[in-house]
Amino acid sequence: MIIGKDPILVYSHFFSETLGSSYGIGQILFKATPLIFTGLSAAISFRAGLFNVGAEGQLLIGSFCTAFVGFTFYTLPSFLLIPFCLLAGIIGGAIWGAIPGILKSKFGAHEVINTIMMNFIAAGLVSYLVINIYSVPATVHTPDISVSAQLMRLDILYEPFRGSPVNVSILLALLCCLIVYILLWKTRLGYELRALGLSITAAEYGGINKSSRTIIALSMAGGLAGLVGSNFVLGYKHYFELGFSEGIGFIGIAAALLAKNNPIGIIFTSLFFGLIEYGSLTINTMVPKELSNILQAIVIILMIGITKIISRWISNLQIQTVVNEDV
Amino acid sequence: MSDSLLSFAFLVQTLRISVPYALPALGATFSERGGVVNIALEGILLIGAFATTVGTFYTNDPLIGILCGISAGLLTALLHSIISVILKADQIISGIAINLFAIGITKFSCQLIFNSSSNSARIVGLEHWNIFPDIPLLNNPFIIGTVLLIFIANFLLFKTRFGLRLRAVGEHPKAAETVGVSVSTMRHAGVLISGALTGLGGAWLALDQHSFTDGMSAGRGFIALAAMIIGKWKPTGVAAACVLFGFAESLSIHLQGSTSVAQFIQMIPYVATMVVLSGFIGRATPPAADGIPYEKENN
Repeated sequence: MIIGKDPILVYSHFFSETLGSSYGIGQILFKATPLIFTGLSAAISFRAGLFNVGAEGQLLIGSFCTAFVGFTFYTLPSFLLIPFCLLAGIIGGAIWGAIPGILKSKFGAHEVINTIMMNFIAAGLVSYLVINIYSVPATVHTPDISVSAQLMRLDILYEPFRGSPVNVSILLALLCCLIVYILLWKTRLGYELRALGLSITAAEYGGINKSSRTIIALSMAGGLAGLVGSNFVLGYKHYFELGFSEGIGFIGIAAALLAKNNPIGIIFTSLFFGLIEYGSLTINTMVPKELSNILQAIVIILMIGITKIISRWISNLQIQTVVNEDV
Repeated sequence: MSDSLLSFAFLVQTLRISVPYALPALGATFSERGGVVNIALEGILLIGAFATTVGTFYTNDPLIGILCGISAGLLTALLHSIISVILKADQIISGIAINLFAIGITKFSCQLIFNSSSNSARIVGLEHWNIFPDIPLLNNPFIIGTVLLIFIANFLLFKTRFGLRLRAVGEHPKAAETVGVSVSTMRHAGVLISGALTGLGGAWLALDQHSFTDGMSAGRGFIALAAMIIGKWKPTGVAAACVLFGFAESLSIHLQGSTSVAQFIQMIPYVATMVVLSGFIGRATPPAADGIPYEKENN
């Protein structure tokens, strides 16, 4: 509009290339997969009353660990290697989440600043490891992982997805949503985490160990973010590449908020952000693809603004009702 | 190596690198003293740099460019203060959104104006602006300006009524309000000052490099946040932390090529912040006081 391109043409292209073709849908699913992991990561920390801004760093460390296992234990068969790779991703991410968790519970250091700092430390660390130790000459990625660590692409099962990189890791992501849902609402640990999120003092009076639960919550958040590597490393490129994750950790936060931290809702909000991301790529010839960042930001700002306005409006209504009843 | 580290050129380089840390860090100090966490600094730097480039490109006058940078910084900060002060929404999320927005809008507009999403055309710098062209250090108006701003900021925060009110609002908004200080006005002021200073920091980035490149803020907004914490929310301390980080960065530039630990030197600010943050708050500092970030307002 602003730049003199026919908006209807752009929009119709945006939708026909994404939702209108099964290839496009495959691409959206591929873009949504990592957002589900980072969205769950943010959601689990929010539920426990913590704010994990560190998914970006956790996913870098986790993905690197995944790739490291994948190209180091080259001879292991698939049924051992894939679980090892995933486990490495979880552990790598969990350690990166646990550090701010420990600093928070032992020293009271705020997790928001520390997770931001950990993002930069992670970026430096993987950049060192990839460039100085494990790089393939003239590239910024590691060697390929073993063929037996590769996750199957879904186009083998469903022909119309042909060419799109969506892979089995999306099933893993959906499974994680289910696990997080069960964990939060059907287990004792989940109950304790949610209690902490609702009221720290009440939870502590109820006998919940705040410091250990803080560490557990941030470790789980880190572990979930660490699984992002299953999509990119195991399912798509088959190596770890510097800079592959641009912003996935932050958009995950938005996906979690838009879903009100509901693990099942995150599936849909991730698909929505995946649509924006891939859709902006398809119209790149007409409109610069950076439109996606702008749209995502606008969605987030509108979302937090509108929820605040609505909640204030509701509480005003309630106050008025109370006043009326008193009269 | 040792004499190159002690050389005058190295000192100048350190100070030059410190400028784009010090300006946003000073800004953040105002914002957080007033009780608003501003992690949108990174995005404001980027937008400030871009606006400066565009302004300078069309007028060939860096002064207009700088004014564009400051105005763009103010506008972006205004968005953050509307979201966090008027709507009282989460300040961190607002900051994240603004940072995303900044990446998008600068690349998007760069593509439209300069036909490339990653680089602008070359712009004039501050070469003709030297006040004392023959005296190194003093010939750079930004270095002198930043030093002056540090002292002005210190004066403003600790010696004026405005500063006292701003700090009161950040430490105990309810008390401030009972004595008639408008919490929201003071908080808007704090955030807007941070926007202007950070926009100025962005202007320096663009004019120093003579162009805009995508993502040229390169984490400086977050390093500025780190410097603010290490400097304990005091302009002079913050400035010292920035020079320390500037020193670490010039060191890593010097060491590049000769060793492979550059990435570890670049991590120093972040690790230092985590160490200071853990020890600092652990030591008996009164809670709620001293502009601890993330303080949410509910007056």
